[in-house]
Amino acid sequence: MQVAPSDTTALSAYSPEVRQHLFQYVLQLADTSLILGHRLSEWCGHGPILEQDLAMANIALDLLGETRSFYQYAAELEGKGRTEDDLAFLRVATEYRNPLLVEQPNGDFAATVVRQFLFDTFHFHFLQQLQTSSDERLAAIAEKSWKEAAYHLKWSSEWIIRLGDGTDESRQRLNKALANLWRYSGELTTPTATEQALQTLGIIPEYTRFQEAMTAHVAKVFAEATVPVPQETYMQRGGKEGRHSEHLGYILTELQYMQRTYPGMTW
Amino acid sequence: METVEINLEEQFQARIDADVRIEPKDWMPDAYRKTLIRQISQHAHSELVGMLPEGNWITRAPSLKRKSILLAKVQDEAGHGLYLYSAAETLGASRDQMLADLHSGKAKYSSIFNYPTLSWADMGCVGWLVDGAAILNQVPLCRTSYGPYARAMVRVCKEESFHQRQGFEIMQTLCEGTPVQKEMAQEALNRWWWPTLMMFGPKDADSPNTAQSMNWRIKRFTNDELRQKFVDMMVPQAEFLGLTVPDPNVKWNQTKNGYDFGEVDWEEFWNVVKGNGMCNKDRLGARIKAHEEGAWVREAALAHAAKRKQREQQEKSAAA
Repeated sequence: MQVAPSDTTALSAYSPEVRQHLFQYVLQLADTSLILGHRLSEWCGHGPILEQDLAMANIALDLLGETRSFYQYAAELEGKGRTEDDLAFLRVATEYRNPLLVEQPNGDFAATVVRQFLFDTFHFHFLQQLQTSSDERLAAIAEKSWKEAAYHLKWSSEWIIRLGDGTDESRQRLNKALANLWRYSGELTTPTATEQALQTLGIIPEYTRFQEAMTAHVAKVFAEATVPVPQETYMQRGGKEGRHSEHLGYILTELQYMQRTYPGMTW
Repeated sequence: METVEINLEEQFQARIDADVRIEPKDWMPDAYRKTLIRQISQHAHSELVGMLPEGNWITRAPSLKRKSILLAKVQDEAGHGLYLYSAAETLGASRDQMLADLHSGKAKYSSIFNYPTLSWADMGCVGWLVDGAAILNQVPLCRTSYGPYARAMVRVCKEESFHQRQGFEIMQTLCEGTPVQKEMAQEALNRWWWPTLMMFGPKDADSPNTAQSMNWRIKRFTNDELRQKFVDMMVPQAEFLGLTVPDPNVKWNQTKNGYDFGEVDWEEFWNVVKGNGMCNKDRLGARIKAHEEGAWVREAALAHAAKRKQREQQEKSAAA
């Protein structure tokens, strides 16, 4: 399931500064999948129909697998003996680097679908490009996760269409979710200083490279859903730099409960 | 007319006795159909409600690996629910009706899920003991007389034995861990031991349907036979883990080549069956809430499918 560790010579090719950037960035990717997977797993047993319970658990599992690959790589990049679990469970909220979108609460099914669609649209196009990264490990993880992301995007796109072109109620709920969550979509493609540094080095793709493809996909899906693409332009951001919404603290309270209560034990 | 009916019954029983599988389109007595719908839907409901006590720990699992395993396990249970609802549908039951019966309390699910999951060790006990008991109940069903049910059970049992090993491994890790972890494991065993013994149902003397179900080969062993098998299997496993089964009467009996054990608290058993368990109201409440809050989603999906179909037909007729 996991992507094999890099040989250490590949890592030593990076300068300490680049390695630090890369460590921070891989953490960002891991945190993002972890927190979104956590949110989706909250649905488990409570979905609107058994088939969708299965689908959401499936996506959460894919994201969790991706999370582990990224944390394992981050632990190697850091080289201080921390494990995937140390990184996932034993940091403080300001050290988490996930974008704000993924920590937003599940809300109703429409809110979950919108959050997923906005993320999947980015995730799919991003992973597609990341497969050509000069960093072999990132490229390998991207190759595996991109196939999964294609399925996620299909799932969330189909649901946007069903809810938009379904009943009056589903359309209203979809519009309400969009009105609330659209403002978190911009952060995904707004590079931080760390991202810019890695983009300059060609380790991760410039987001502008696939912005057009993303916009086209959103337009196509929304047209089929017969709902207008939101025009709101003010975008919230900060999560990728550790400035989170109030929701993350509660997520971490649950997520870290065992590791904090019973420190240093093997499970 | 009556003689024809009698012949059909006789032929049916002859097929059962010859271990020939009954398939959906075959003639079957009404009582057989009804009993199977009750049993299979009850099993499906157990999978559905059974997602809740374990789902309770997904967001708090202590490591990423354990979290993945637990989430995959709960997802498997949803999958089992799907196969089983489908098997019941082959007998003419609709999923909507089966769910309505669950929500109204008319249909039952396994009482074990009305006990709370209070610590991480409960994820071990649910896998090791609860799935262990479920496997003993279910393995014989792979040879049950109704084809679709038997085939569903083959898949279910394969996955369940995997879950049981995972549960045992959680327990083993705890027992090999710190004193605090070992105590957590023992405390969970103390709570789960008796309720799992109750999973085999009332004593044979108090189980009026057993004889007919054995005759139809829907059931292959009696409740007490399975309970004895379970104790014989689990006591040595608990010893291996260094844990103590919370029953002072457990003692090896050479003559019967099995363990003697104490009496189940049947008052508690019937109380939980009647709805007085710690979690009966919460579990059913959670299912009803999910169903009611999901109504608009299901309606939207149906409405969209209808619109799509209509458009396709219009396009077809325009082309023609």
